[in-house]
Amino acid sequence: MATLTTQLCGWGRYPVHTCELERPDRYRDFHPGAVPAIARGRGRSYGDAALNQNGRVLLSERLNRFLAFDRERGVVRAEAGLTLEELLAVAIPRGWFPAVTPGTRYASLGGCVAADVHGKNHHRDGSFGDHVLGLELILADGNRLPCSPQEHPDAFWATIGGMGLTGLIGEVTLRLAPLESAHVVVQHRPARDLEQMFHLLEPSFDDHYTVAWVDCLAAGRDLGRGIAMAGHHAAPDELPSALRAIPLEHRPQRRHSLPFDLPGRVLNPWTVRAFNALYYRRQGGKGRFLAGYESFFYPLDGLLHWNRMYGKRGFLQYQCAIPTAEAFQGIKALLERLAASRRPSFLAVLKRFGPQGRGLLSFPTAGYTLALDLPLRDPGVFALLDELDRTVLVHGGRVYLAKDARLSPAAFRAMYPRYPEWLEIKRALDPEGSFSSSLSRRLAMGEEE
Amino acid sequence: MSQSVLILGATSAIARASAHAFAARGYRVYCAGRDMEELRRIAADLEIRHGTEVKYGRFDAEATDGHRAFLDGVTEEMGGLDGLLLAFGHLGDQVAARDFSAGAAVIARNFTGAASILGHAADYFESRGRGFIIGISSVAGDRGRQSNYVYGAAKGALSLYLQGLRNRLFPKGVRVITVKPGFVDTAMTFGMPGLFLVASPHYVAERIAGALDKGGDVLYLPWFWRYIMLIIVHIPETVFKRLKL
Ligand SMILES: Cc1cc2nc3c(=O)[nH]c(=O)nc-3n(C[C@H](O)[C@H](O)[C@H](O)COP(=O)(O)OP(=O)(O)OC[C@H]3O[C@@H](n4cnc5c(N)ncnc54)[C@H](O)[C@@H]3O)c2cc1C
Ligand SMILES: NC(=O)c1ccc[n+]([C@@H]2O[C@H](COP(=O)([O-])OP(=O)(O)OC[C@H]3O[C@@H](n4cnc5c(N)ncnc54)[C@H](OP(=O)(O)O)[C@@H]3O)[C@@H](O)[C@H]2O)c1
Repeated sequence: MATLTTQLCGWGRYPVHTCELERPDRYRDFHPGAVPAIARGRGRSYGDAALNQNGRVLLSERLNRFLAFDRERGVVRAEAGLTLEELLAVAIPRGWFPAVTPGTRYASLGGCVAADVHGKNHHRDGSFGDHVLGLELILADGNRLPCSPQEHPDAFWATIGGMGLTGLIGEVTLRLAPLESAHVVVQHRPARDLEQMFHLLEPSFDDHYTVAWVDCLAAGRDLGRGIAMAGHHAAPDELPSALRAIPLEHRPQRRHSLPFDLPGRVLNPWTVRAFNALYYRRQGGKGRFLAGYESFFYPLDGLLHWNRMYGKRGFLQYQCAIPTAEAFQGIKALLERLAASRRPSFLAVLKRFGPQGRGLLSFPTAGYTLALDLPLRDPGVFALLDELDRTVLVHGGRVYLAKDARLSPAAFRAMYPRYPEWLEIKRALDPEGSFSSSLSRRLAMGEEE
Repeated sequence: MSQSVLILGATSAIARASAHAFAARGYRVYCAGRDMEELRRIAADLEIRHGTEVKYGRFDAEATDGHRAFLDGVTEEMGGLDGLLLAFGHLGDQVAARDFSAGAAVIARNFTGAASILGHAADYFESRGRGFIIGISSVAGDRGRQSNYVYGAAKGALSLYLQGLRNRLFPKGVRVITVKPGFVDTAMTFGMPGLFLVASPHYVAERIAGALDKGGDVLYLPWFWRYIMLIIVHIPETVFKRLKL
């Protein structure tokens, strides 16, 4: 098959690695081959998960076909390259919605499975893998292994969250959730500090979807200031009468594009502080309102190439989860350290997770998760994040691999206690190490120590 | 009943995107090609996304003996045909110029097979007194170049064939459109060095299906290739033969 050798990066645009791309058009050609490779969906992971420095990368983007759609039961089977955007276009008019969706609809099904992505409803519905009824896993020798919670469950739970390292995910069978309308009833509640924020994230305030935005530059008494956002799919009787007859229709979100890199200095503590103050006042005062599903679930997708905002050098996303008992102390310590560093995180998202799922390397764990975006201006940010790792570890937490570009092998092992179990299955499925990525080599995934 | 279109070479990226463009416009689609597993996937996908009827079947451009029976079968299965998109093709490589057996396959897949099936289709549409034939040729057929003149010759022959067909069928109310894409981002071109101004299959497909709503006989895609080729065609041979193209 023809190959294209090129410089490739993830959504954070760091690191940039030389990779040899293949882009099969036919399902049969989605095949590992003799030289180690890694699959890539739509490159919406931030770091090096879908990169393979000086190695092969197999693109799934042309393998994006629906194979079956059961309108009555809401079950869909499709090739792994299908994006959520494509799924939504078919599912919504028929009254179905993905049971779990990440904050971008440009992710592929394969990427959602391999990272076992979570959405704003993790506290209620678990992660993506909990709604996968079955997979077709293409093994190192090219054999197609059907797996599900019933059939080859080991392979299944090693693949859910397995970052593409157990094999190529060829087909995904997914259970969807019934949908009454394309609109969301949203409730914004401002929180003046972290204590109030944690209070607003407690189950008593939960809705189907709950998440919070945090102003990372707020320090001292204001530390943890932000807005808790809750929402649910509007029932027809919650819609204005004009929409009630056509609840599943919606006006598509306007999409803009950032056509060039912003100079690295545009996002600095002053501009971010000004933005945050404005955002806090505007969004905090909104109370209860009706939103289109796109602006609620995919606010960032409205600005294509928004990652250029951080300038040429890119940025690091840091997402961690800390178990419930330690969460307040842990998140407080992280936010304090961040505020003191005077590195503006343009985006900071806080959310309460439900119980840990069965994916052996899945990220979500009962507790709270915090996600930060940090521009990559100078090497100091790496030292800062190493420090944050230690804080996370002290509090028994972990870092999300789909967002990571710099975690150490030792920290990874400490954060993912089920790794040895995963490794055993990985070795059985892939004895020659045919699936390997920049991330897996950085974290020495494949070796015990 | 809604209109129907037969797509020949339905597994190519351009054809796949075109099938979506037709289905989105309400057409029923028949997908034809050699790779039955792929055709099954493509057909399922079209049906689910567009809620239209899709059928598929085996077609080999080189097996010209079977073309007549194939077309009869399709028209019967679809309850008549309103149009046809000929999308199959084969680029081959440099070897094709030195090794005739490789060159013959390029000619058979781009031209001989096309002439065979188009001949039968022309009779069919002519007898109905309506319909359309869209053939995907290439800008490579506009002028011979050392880098791909076997492919260029076959595509050039296809362009001429379509031109003649247009002349024959115009008075009969049958529309014939020649499509000449420049570079399109497909398996045919993936990883090729020296590509520029590469169009997506989706872009090309939307314009192919959209061409039926407008006038026009020869469609360069994207449009600026018309002007690029106008210049290339007018370079005097004494100069052109010295160029490394
Ligand atoms: C704006 C934005 C918001 C986001 N919000 C969230 C969120 O709310 N929650 C969340 O969990 N994540 C979130 N993410 C992260 C994103 O959902 C995941 O990184 C997801 O994996 C991206 O899917 P992709 O198709 O782009 O995969 P890629 O980035 O291409 O790949 C990610 C991983 O999946 C593997 N993979 C992809 N396809 C296959 C396949 N067919 N077979 C085997 N392995 C495969 C790759 O090898 C790689 O390890 C967000 C990302 C962005 C850009
Ligand atoms: N890509 C470009 O830049 C470009 C530029 C100009 C013109 N074109 C033309 O556009 C058309 C589509 O191109 P593409 O790039 O999408 O092609 P592609 O992906 O390389 O696909 C080629 C197609 O031709 C079919 N085919 C080959 N031999 C065949 C045979 N004997 N019988 C039946 N079908 C046969 C293949 O089908 P199966 O193997 O599945 O049967 C496949 O669908 C071609 O005519 C090509 O020449 C392409």
